[in-house]
Amino acid sequence: MIRSLVAPVLAAGLLLTTACTDNTAASGDARTMSVKASDTACEVSSVEAPSGTLTFKVTNEGSKINEFYLLGEDGLRIVAEVENIGPGLTRDLVLSAPAGTYFTACKPGMVGEGIRGDFTVTDSGEDVGPKGEDAELVAEADKQYASYVRDQVDQLVTKTEQFATLVKERKDDEARAMYADARVHWERVETVAESFGDLDPQMDAREADLEAGDEFTGWHRLEKDLWPARAEGYTAMTDAERATVADKLVADTATLYDRTRDMTFTASDIANGAKGLLDEVATGKVTGEEEYWSRTDLWDFQANVDGAKVAWEGLRPLLQRKDSALDGQIEKAFASLQALLDKHRDGEGFVTYDKLSEDDIKQLADAVNTLSEPLSKMAGAILS
Amino acid sequence: MSGLSRRGLFGAAGAGTAAAGALALSMAAGKPAEKEPHASDAYPYYGAHQGGIVTPAQDRMHFAAFDVADGIDREALIGLLTDWTDAAARMTQGGSAGELDAMSGNYDSPPEDTGEAYDLPPSGLTITFGFGPSLFVDGSGADRFGIATRRPAALERLPHFVADNLNPSLSDGDLCIQACAHDPQVAVHAVRNLTRIAFGRAVLKWSQLGFGRTSSTSVDQVTARNLFGFKDGTMGLRGEQKAMIDEHVWVPDGADPAAEWLEGGSYLVARKIKMQIETWDRAPMREQENIVGRTKREGAPLSGGVEFDQPDFALEGRGGVPIMDVDSHVTLAHPDHNDGVHMLRRGYNYVDGNDDLGRLSAGLFFIAFVTDPRTHYIPMQSRMSRNDLMMEYLQHIGSGLWAVPPGVAEGEFVGQALFA
Repeated sequence: MIRSLVAPVLAAGLLLTTACTDNTAASGDARTMSVKASDTACEVSSVEAPSGTLTFKVTNEGSKINEFYLLGEDGLRIVAEVENIGPGLTRDLVLSAPAGTYFTACKPGMVGEGIRGDFTVTDSGEDVGPKGEDAELVAEADKQYASYVRDQVDQLVTKTEQFATLVKERKDDEARAMYADARVHWERVETVAESFGDLDPQMDAREADLEAGDEFTGWHRLEKDLWPARAEGYTAMTDAERATVADKLVADTATLYDRTRDMTFTASDIANGAKGLLDEVATGKVTGEEEYWSRTDLWDFQANVDGAKVAWEGLRPLLQRKDSALDGQIEKAFASLQALLDKHRDGEGFVTYDKLSEDDIKQLADAVNTLSEPLSKMAGAILS
Repeated sequence: MSGLSRRGLFGAAGAGTAAAGALALSMAAGKPAEKEPHASDAYPYYGAHQGGIVTPAQDRMHFAAFDVADGIDREALIGLLTDWTDAAARMTQGGSAGELDAMSGNYDSPPEDTGEAYDLPPSGLTITFGFGPSLFVDGSGADRFGIATRRPAALERLPHFVADNLNPSLSDGDLCIQACAHDPQVAVHAVRNLTRIAFGRAVLKWSQLGFGRTSSTSVDQVTARNLFGFKDGTMGLRGEQKAMIDEHVWVPDGADPAAEWLEGGSYLVARKIKMQIETWDRAPMREQENIVGRTKREGAPLSGGVEFDQPDFALEGRGGVPIMDVDSHVTLAHPDHNDGVHMLRRGYNYVDGNDDLGRLSAGLFFIAFVTDPRTHYIPMQSRMSRNDLMMEYLQHIGSGLWAVPPGVAEGEFVGQALFA
């Protein structure tokens, strides 16, 4: 409605407004534009800017939720956008734009084509990289990551079923040998699995995560029964209790399987997922809190790192174009962290957490920080 | 009150000036102008309520929890409370802990006051005392002081909340003292001297330093930021909201027949909340704001407007999803989603150096004063610990609940009605 009634008139109005406005924004920076968005107008402080990193400071002066877009020459391709700007709020849109012809658009009420204006980026001589293939690279990264997630959940289903059977048959030595190996597939896609708020607490809650009256189920419930050594005054589970928890874990894993079949991921999902996996390492694994009973934290640690690495690798072609220095930093940090982890390998797996010295733990924590910091900048870099 | 000044110079000059604090500004009118705290501020010690609750939040805090020593009986406990009351009455007016100041007395004796605040003005010092559940019935079920039948029903150890990781040595205590001042040395001096007075009668169990008040308890105060960089406690009660304070902070007459002594008092909830500073700092701005439900710069709700505007929880953004996330901190903490209950928040930031892994040991020392923790804290915290998006970056590591007796009249000791 807004589009058909208001937009054409205002687009003309916009031209008049901007024609009287000096090209340089109030800040005196030719690459910083202010945008006054109301329910009926979209005033951009300048209609052109030199190529490079541009900032649009969008203030919603209207009463409706607004959005701001920078569109390509065809008026269809979204170069960059900022959504959900509540009335009275200001949001910055930062992007790296090569020379070319664009449109700006405010979308009060989030509907229609928006109130459009012409926008030109002149050639400043700065190299901002080729444009146009980004969307394909993101699509490729999504395809790769989605298939990785499906593959890991496939393996998780198989190994969880085997583990559950061993637990129910009280083949405890074999179940203990299988535990960390099966969980690796969960940990590799942990940020995706955790996004299902109902499944995560049922499958992966630690005892301290519960409150009085909550049922303790999932991996860590069985972990405690298999490694009761650190549990004071612990009463072992009965066969029936084991069967209930094991069967529920299998059923929840099947639900996870169903829900991950058709998942798709944006570049931001993948990049922030990688960062999230390293957060998991920093808060749970490097401190030995995750696998309190079995002490198999380093298996999880490695699996989180694996998952983050796959995410980064999928985005690399894009990241290398956008910020090759950051990509190099991440590559180096992954290598250093892996070298440190490899020191603690033992056969097919790792030493248990209690075998690590304070110095070992500190080194691992430092390496996690070294990697997490540049990794946290990846989303911003590829989306600019 | 007499109140020898710590240096014999300041005396009553500053007393009461700030207590009269202006009520002028309305929060709804927009940004309040910050009233500068003055070193000469001295709040009256005696009154209907203890200081340090609706007093405009000072910038610094030293909180301490004590256990009553073995072998101390009812009379000895009353003696301790009497000595604490007298010392608190003097120190809050800029005086010394003992009757003699830090530089006077028998040359062959240690001074009665430790002296580090000797040259310092009152600095807005308030001292607030509280009684923990274990004062009434100790761990072995004993009623050491003959007061078990007068324990308020609401005064029970807080329940285990989802993801609590409480350290017993940062939790609970028979007694607590909250000392707040504009100058950290003045707050520390108060706790140090009260601890000294208690030697042999009560033992310091744990204590916490705080800085950069994260709450505003007066309309004259701008909303301060917590260590996540966000304005904290925008919705908290302010001392000037008298009717709301009566309803949500003070224990009303008739609230609990067994505990009439607490009428006009309150409950103090303390939670030491560790922040995962490093991972938070790596979270994208979009995620940070979505978790909080407010903009980082202004503290405006994401549904629009300015800081003190009411959030619009129904407003839908792109894709029909509420623009205020249903599990954002603001959404879950808002009175609209908590049966209309409000809390008077009085928390502080803390940094206890760093841990073995080179991470800041930092967070929020949360303090709230409420009329009843069963209605005003426990239900909200149960929901928040389960659903608050921010929990990914938080860990509750310390906890305590104390009943805060009403104010003291001259010649009385704090909590006197409990022992009457």
